[in-house]
Amino acid sequence: MTKLSFYILPTIVFLIIIFGFFKKVPLFDSFTVGAKEGLISTFSIAPSLIGLIVAVTMLRESGALDILTSTISPVCSFLGIPKETVPLMLLKPISGSGSLALVDSIFKSFGPDSFIGRVASVMMGATETTFYAIAVYFGAVNIKNTRHAVKCALIADISSFILSVLFVRLLFS
Amino acid sequence: MIILSIICAIVTDNMGKVSSAILGGATDAIQLLISMAGMMSLWTGLMKIAELGGLTAILAKFFKPILKRLFPDYPEDSPAIKAICMNITANLLGLGNAATPMGIKAMKEMNKLNKDKSVANNSMIMFIIFNTSSIQLIPTMMSVLRQKHGSISPFDVIPAILLTSLCSLIIGIIATKISEK
Repeated sequence: MTKLSFYILPTIVFLIIIFGFFKKVPLFDSFTVGAKEGLISTFSIAPSLIGLIVAVTMLRESGALDILTSTISPVCSFLGIPKETVPLMLLKPISGSGSLALVDSIFKSFGPDSFIGRVASVMMGATETTFYAIAVYFGAVNIKNTRHAVKCALIADISSFILSVLFVRLLFS
Repeated sequence: MIILSIICAIVTDNMGKVSSAILGGATDAIQLLISMAGMMSLWTGLMKIAELGGLTAILAKFFKPILKRLFPDYPEDSPAIKAICMNITANLLGLGNAATPMGIKAMKEMNKLNKDKSVANNSMIMFIIFNTSSIQLIPTMMSVLRQKHGSISPFDVIPAILLTSLCSLIIGIIATKISEK
């Protein structure tokens, strides 16, 4: 598995460039346009990320996070979810930068290749900032009554969290 | 969160740690961004080549038959279905900047044929489920963050991520279908 995954990135880079070449895309020009967009959008989250990382670090160091997680952990240990990922599950549907800050702090404490690190990676990668997406899309067309949208989106999110643990167990043991 | 932390620190006598968290947190945030910015830009640059080469359109064609079944309220060639296809493929390729405007366009097109303009119809909710379950072929941000923290193989979680988001999407679709009635 590990060895195979080394091939992923070079293969993708190769395929994209070959694809662009045959489609006669101006390769370097398009690359720089895209890279500039990426640079701008990465740094555009800087103000909120500074605030949120400070807040998350404070929350962790003050012991508030421990109190929060220990209240929910009985339910999680029943489902086999590591309690360290509880704050991530609570924050991810609301804030992208906030959950990024949490994953960063989980990696710092446990390492990205630990069980907890992997579960956090999958949780982060397999879910979206649900409430944000709902607000943006329904807000754009002025829809007031969203019917079962929130309920179903949250069902999908919760199953994502449970499945993250399951698949990490299955694929890395 | 900050107020809660300070109150909690008073109770648990952790004020020293909280103080250093304020000092270190801001620096951490900028370090995190700087360490990710290079790879994120490289990636968006490469994806721009794919996008201009028409990869989004090619993939969109591939998904049409599946989407036709999930959005029965709209004819196959309607602008709504086209926008939905483009949005889902842009998400799949991790083109967040392109996906959101396409998604808003899709919602506007869907609302044109909506009977009550302030109530979401079934297709709109199905579309939201697609957008909240985040199917992404290469989760770039996650891989970069793993790399930064010294992961031996930053990509080895991709199969687990794909399986998880695919299964949760299916669960979401089933939940939506049941709630429709």
